[in-house]
Amino acid sequence: MKSRAYLFYTLLSCFILLFSACQENRKLPVYGQREAITVKNPDGSTSIDTLYQSIPAFRFLNQDSVYIDNATFKDKIYIADFFFTSCSGICPVMHRNMKDIYEKYKDNPKVMFLSHTIDFKYDKPNVLKRYAKKLGVNTSKWQFAYGEKEPVYQLAKDYLVAVFEDSKEKENYVHEGYLILVDQQKHIRGAYDGTNPDQVAQLLKDLPVLLAEDNK
Amino acid sequence: MRRTVLSLIFIAAIASMIYSCQGADQLKQDIYYTNGRDIYIKNCQNCHGVNGEGLGALTPGLTDSIFLKENKQKIACIIKYGMDSTITINGQQFEDKMPDFNTLANIDLAQLIVYVTNSFGNKQGMYTPEQVAADLKKCSN
Ligand code: HEC
Repeated sequence: MKSRAYLFYTLLSCFILLFSACQENRKLPVYGQREAITVKNPDGSTSIDTLYQSIPAFRFLNQDSVYIDNATFKDKIYIADFFFTSCSGICPVMHRNMKDIYEKYKDNPKVMFLSHTIDFKYDKPNVLKRYAKKLGVNTSKWQFAYGEKEPVYQLAKDYLVAVFEDSKEKENYVHEGYLILVDQQKHIRGAYDGTNPDQVAQLLKDLPVLLAEDNK
Repeated sequence: MRRTVLSLIFIAAIASMIYSCQGADQLKQDIYYTNGRDIYIKNCQNCHGVNGEGLGALTPGLTDSIFLKENKQKIACIIKYGMDSTITINGQQFEDKMPDFNTLANIDLAQLIVYVTNSFGNKQGMYTPEQVAADLKKCSN
């Protein structure tokens, strides 16, 4: 009799263990370059840690002609992309999808959006403002950033997004349509093709995972 | 009695002939519609949306049946040469530029227009490449 109870409890605890293991404990990867660094521990010993690529400091004018920088996104996670207002190909799709996500997270102050224009000639803040309004965006939750060519195109590289000017193209500018998910530490945690419904759906699944991680 | 049966059969034969002719027209329109949908997905859906809903105040929807009916003769011109004016669609003003699609042949335009004018709440029926050719002669730009 006694051994039977023993068996029962062993089985029960096995089940509990199994079920708790089933609970989703997904973690998003960290993208980009990484390097090993040696850190000093408080007790004087040293150990090896990993330094991940992160988004460097920037400073641009937004759609309200106000400067924004890294501090604007402090303690936030955000989705970034590169576009231009007169782009008639992939941009409307990217921003249609981003707008849906923006609407879904409207009431969550931890989530922000950042769109960098690569048309440094035409997309001045007032043009960005008009564009944002027409898209139906009228809060500072979604920032539209204007900057000179050099810093913006360099920053795109840090986001792992290819952008360039090509006068042979009908619209002069070429860029990839990735929506980049950035965490509180400015690490890249996801890159999703903003024109691909499956990848946008994946972004919608990954967002809560990242939010949960930062809440710990 | 025999007479009535015969005349009934005769009427039935005529009816089915008319019906199958209509069927052929309908079939042609269906083919145009299906091909038009492919052209739409490739060239127009990014701006005008899967359900012709448009995009905010940037791109008008294709759901304004009254506008599309009144401007039926201009749709070919709008698509082929683009559009850059201020228009009111579903009560909302639009001023952005629609790019031109001047590489589309008349047959493509006809199929595309059959799709657009028979989707998203529109129901305008058939539209042929000949009508496209005639309409394109009258483009104002
Ligand atoms: C880059 C975005 C874009 C693309 C791509 C585009 N359009 Fe448009 N379309 C517009 C804009 C913007 C207007 C309004 C133009 C204006 O105000 O002068 C418009 C207007 C129209 C209109 C008249 C207004 C209405 O809503 O009924 C029709 C019809 C139309 N487009 C059909 C098409 C078709 C068919 C295609 C595909 C071949 C297409 N468009 C591709 C942006 C686009």
